[in-house]
Amino acid sequence: MTVSLTCRGLSRDFGALRAVDDVDLYVGPGSRHALIGPNGAGKSTLMSLVTGALSASSGTVRLGDTDITRVPEARRARLGISQTMQHASLFPSMTVAENVLLAVQRHGRISPLPRRHPEYTARVGELLARTGLDGRDDVGVSGLSHGERKQLELAVALAGDPRLLLLLDEPAAGMSPAESARLVRLIEELPDEVTVLFIEHDLDLVFALATEVTVLHLGRVLLSGTPDEVRASEAVQQAYLGAGRTEELFWSEKAEA
Amino acid sequence: MTSFTRWLVPLGVAIALAAVPLFLAPYATTTMTRILVFGLLAASLALLVGITGLPSLGHAAYFGVGAYAGGWFAANVSAQAPLSLLVAAVAGGIAAAATGWVAVRSSGVFFLVLTLAIGEIVHQVVESWESVTGGSNGLYGIPATTVGGAPVDDVAPLYWFVLLAFGVGFAALWLVARSPFGRALRGIHDNESRMRALGYPTSLYKYAVFVIAGTVAGLAGGLLAAQQRLVTPEDLGFTTAALALLAVIIGGAGSLWGACVGAALVIVVRDALGPTLDGHGPLLLGVVFILVVYLMPRGVAGIRLRRRPAEPDVAEPEPVPSGGVRR
Repeated sequence: MTVSLTCRGLSRDFGALRAVDDVDLYVGPGSRHALIGPNGAGKSTLMSLVTGALSASSGTVRLGDTDITRVPEARRARLGISQTMQHASLFPSMTVAENVLLAVQRHGRISPLPRRHPEYTARVGELLARTGLDGRDDVGVSGLSHGERKQLELAVALAGDPRLLLLLDEPAAGMSPAESARLVRLIEELPDEVTVLFIEHDLDLVFALATEVTVLHLGRVLLSGTPDEVRASEAVQQAYLGAGRTEELFWSEKAEA
Repeated sequence: MTSFTRWLVPLGVAIALAAVPLFLAPYATTTMTRILVFGLLAASLALLVGITGLPSLGHAAYFGVGAYAGGWFAANVSAQAPLSLLVAAVAGGIAAAATGWVAVRSSGVFFLVLTLAIGEIVHQVVESWESVTGGSNGLYGIPATTVGGAPVDDVAPLYWFVLLAFGVGFAALWLVARSPFGRALRGIHDNESRMRALGYPTSLYKYAVFVIAGTVAGLAGGLLAAQQRLVTPEDLGFTTAALALLAVIIGGAGSLWGACVGAALVIVVRDALGPTLDGHGPLLLGVVFILVVYLMPRGVAGIRLRRRPAEPDVAEPEPVPSGGVRR
């Protein structure tokens, strides 16, 4: 059931601005694909075109063999595309457990009558344990720390056994080293059937996790390749830092911090 | 213990409500009957406003359609007990289904304005369709509902009849609100785009709840026809719609029983206190509304909701430092 994601000639205009410009992207089945690029490169817009939150101005998006370019967002989700959203986007009036339950129950029949679902409760518990939120079931979203919200966001995204998991949120941003280490472990432990495409600025994390990396710059694909190829590319260094400062990009960040 | 009290309170309220005609004067009992009718309308609106987050200013349209349909059916076909109420509920549901698909495509202020427009259109249709609705004179001569051949026209039996139907309608709303479907509605209230990303076709859900709310409002309209035996265009006009919304806000958006308390307050101020104030009832209502918004921003129901986690007065805990606390 492993799926690939293929974008062909994908573009999206906002008025005169072409935020995503003729992008070809292939995310192989079961790969861990990182999408990187400086601010304003069009990463989030590209992700929205994949999830269906935005519709493409031109080009196609395919999930496996299915053309989903014109498929609405909710149906794409039911085809197995799951996402964490930018700015941890949850259900603030509900508890942690209810947030996950909302994602879990969607896979059953949505009854208009109250019903007990012990299997849902069990599934929610399992997801919370996996994302390190066990024991926090009855806490409201407003009572969570920033890192915990991201963990919850991930628990919600994993609830549907996604085939294609999109991590839009720069998953490790704002996380402590311990939290970010757990995140890496969690993503590594995902079954191989899950294809993962993620946006991340922490390049250590990118090179720890990714099997492939695509670099976006000014709406275009600058380079797509293995982490080593990207690391060695001069064009990528220039896109990030401008010409003449190539030496500091990939190793000094952590040393300073 | 908690589950015990959870059943004890509604049971106590039900018994107290059933005992009302035994202790109150006929006029007060009639006011209570009106409160139940209006309370059911407010509760159906609370399902839209409080739970799903769709503030409607046209909800009285479905109430009125139910009232006219139920009244017309009782006058021209049969006044046999549950029939006219069923007709009223179905008519309210059909009217909501016919108009709701336009409204649910929007949200926020646009939803408010669209429902207002729908309400005004229905109001206009009722005013002009004289052969059926009696135009601005209203639909009169509605016979008393009969149960097993005996007419229900005394104050106390009428009250019990309305109470029973209220119970059925309220229970239906309560079950919907507590169901997985109801949880999805609250999810839409909180964060519609996230719900879509989770794979919920949110427009469909909003449409479904709009029709459910319209059906229960239609049932409430049927009760109005059975109680007043007269239906006028005012019953589905803007004022009724606005008062229903007022009741929901006073009660605390998000709570069905709170909406009923709000409805009681609105009816008492308008019908019981209003006449003694030289027709300044609406003024008093305005003052009450302002006081409620300032003193109880979460409405009557909010008083009890202290322990809810989303409550803003729960102090935001310090961010867990570097994962050191838990792991």
